[in-house]
Amino acid sequence: MRVLAAMSGGVDSAVAAARMVEAGHDVTGVHLALSSNPQSFRSGARGCCTLEDSRDARRAADVLGIPFYIWDLAERFRADVVDDFVAEYAAGRTPNPCLRCNEKIKFAAVLDRALALGFDAVCTGHYARIVDGPGGRELHRAVDPEKDQSYVLGVLTAEQLAHAEFPLGNSPKSAVRDEADRRGLAVARKPDSHDICFIADGDTAGFLRGQLGEAPGEVVDTSGEVLGAHDGTYAFTIGQRKGLRLGRPAPDGKPRYVLDISPVDRRVTVGAREDLAVDEVVGVSPRWPGAALAGVVECAAQFRAHGEAAPAIAEVDGDVVRVRFEAPQEGVAPGQAVVLYDGDRVIGSATIDRTGTPAHAAAPSP
Amino acid sequence: MSERSVYLDHAATSPILPEVIEVVTATMTTLGNPSSLHAAGRQARKLVEESRESVAAALGARPGEVVFTSGGTEADNLAVKGLYWARRAADPRRVRVLASAIEHHAVLDAVQWLGQSQGAEIEWLPVDAHGRLDVDAASAAVRRDPASVALITVMWANNEVGTVQPVRDVVALAAEYGIPVHSDAVQAVGQVPVDFAASGLDTMTISGHKVGGPIGVGALLVRREAELTPVQHGGGQERDVRSGTLDTPSFAGLATAVSTVVNRLDEHAGHLRQLRNALADGVHRAVPDAVRNGHPELSLPSLAHFSFPGCEGDSLLLLLDAAGIHCSTGSACSAGVAQPSHVLLAMGVSPAVARGSLRFSLGRTSTPADVDALLDTIGPAVERARTAGLASGGEPGTRYRE
Repeated sequence: MRVLAAMSGGVDSAVAAARMVEAGHDVTGVHLALSSNPQSFRSGARGCCTLEDSRDARRAADVLGIPFYIWDLAERFRADVVDDFVAEYAAGRTPNPCLRCNEKIKFAAVLDRALALGFDAVCTGHYARIVDGPGGRELHRAVDPEKDQSYVLGVLTAEQLAHAEFPLGNSPKSAVRDEADRRGLAVARKPDSHDICFIADGDTAGFLRGQLGEAPGEVVDTSGEVLGAHDGTYAFTIGQRKGLRLGRPAPDGKPRYVLDISPVDRRVTVGAREDLAVDEVVGVSPRWPGAALAGVVECAAQFRAHGEAAPAIAEVDGDVVRVRFEAPQEGVAPGQAVVLYDGDRVIGSATIDRTGTPAHAAAPSP
Repeated sequence: MSERSVYLDHAATSPILPEVIEVVTATMTTLGNPSSLHAAGRQARKLVEESRESVAAALGARPGEVVFTSGGTEADNLAVKGLYWARRAADPRRVRVLASAIEHHAVLDAVQWLGQSQGAEIEWLPVDAHGRLDVDAASAAVRRDPASVALITVMWANNEVGTVQPVRDVVALAAEYGIPVHSDAVQAVGQVPVDFAASGLDTMTISGHKVGGPIGVGALLVRREAELTPVQHGGGQERDVRSGTLDTPSFAGLATAVSTVVNRLDEHAGHLRQLRNALADGVHRAVPDAVRNGHPELSLPSLAHFSFPGCEGDSLLLLLDAAGIHCSTGSACSAGVAQPSHVLLAMGVSPAVARGSLRFSLGRTSTPADVDALLDTIGPAVERARTAGLASGGEPGTRYRE
């Protein structure tokens, strides 16, 4: 098999490529240049877009003895991931750019180009497993629950999965690092990347302020009483507790949380923790890793990359997926993906359009 | 992956000549710092001076005009910065640097740096669609205010598209006002006649590894009257403009390579031209809409540069590499990412077409079989790269229609 290995310069993608080489495949390494103005060196443990990272990727490819190229995807990344990220926040939603990158860049732009160039598959260092099931390839959680990345791959369709390889899904992270050491890969002890790769300093609110400008508004409680001011609704995420900058405590002395973000009237609503509870989400734009689901499905639903999956009932009606949780959930925000699992297996995903209790979660706005 | 290796990237670096290996190896065992006064030093010094005389003789220079450097980049930096500083020190009005828009990065970036941090005013001299300097524009730029020009720099032949530049015209123009001219002749030596004294240049760069010599050695030919402020300070070697312990084996290797290729120039250029023409004709047959870049006649015999509309150059490179064919997009990488070539952009090529360009460069060891291997591969590779361009979002196709 001719395999294109996406190599970020980190330990995971290097070991993934090494395993494909060892399995006898004809492997070519590619580093994706996603930033049009890359930094020379990484600051802290963030990102994968520095020149140092591309050199690390090249060095790993040299050690493996495989060809290596750099593909410039900065324009596509800017349009499909960064601009989308900014637009989603501007609309009061909470996007996941890693998921968007897998959907639009790694397993779309890169995969399409790879297939056209004669490759059979794209291999990445994601922690997830591809299992051959009765109905074709299935996407499963990785064996290392700490590292499992099936959530950010939950957007992949059957066609994308058919040409994906995740060689690390059966290994714990520590084993991958040891293997890198054994293979003489210098990135063996390189820190993991965290957070959002295109926000090098980790200051998401500052990045959004730079992109969207200041848009001051009010912070109110559920009764509409004004409690404070803010510079822009995009600095807030549903469920957020810190950084609200409210002058006075709640009457009951308990912490307050962001309950609702309304960019149109620039209003951020805060309230008690119990008001965060959500019974139901309505998802749109579903993506199916196999056959599309229909009707009522018992499953577990996860709405954060590092969250637990909660027992739920999904009701699929065409392009609308209504998910009812068995127990109320906190920190659910429109814009997040809800990924549905059957045990360890991903059975579908959708983008959360709205949340609520069954009583008032109406059909999604057209 | 292919086991075959077809090397069509001689402009990047060319195979070392057997006689160079011999002389470098023999010289490496010679103990002695050429600057030492004792017998061992004198022995080394003798080898250095013989090398200097040999380079000078091959290129129409006087031995004292040869300043050995670590390569073309260092020589270009010394020329551009050294001339600028010396000329401005003599007359503070001289702040203008006129440079062709298609210079190699070793000149381009040095010139830009002078503009950014040394108070120089940079004027980029335009080229025509063949990549040849517009002498009228150069003339107008000089005559606007000759007293303010510190130097002019125009390469002898372009490294991407191969167009030979009107260096003689530029020198004649500059001579009217006593303005020094630098030329990077790295690609020209061994392919077209290069005579330093006859050229009238003040400084000229040559490099070892482009002519079968070692990597890491080159020279700046500096006219005896030319004033250069040193870039690198130290022991005062090389006329006090290029300090550093003299690298006897490398200089000997450079001298052997330069004299060998210059002696064989006619035979070598004929061989290259024949192969290059076969290559260019064959590429046109295989890919009828490929666009050949460069001058139809005034061109290096070794180079054929093409734009393949609708392709990404790096897709083509990958496909050819996988087939064992080594060539280049011809342009430098910026931040690890191939940028549209400044040379092609200066020639008026659109950025999209510029990105889909490849340089094939032949050399002494090239054979008709190398050309045939490329011609067997290029058609299907271009077709596939076009599909890939469309697959990855249709951008190249979109650009093609621009």
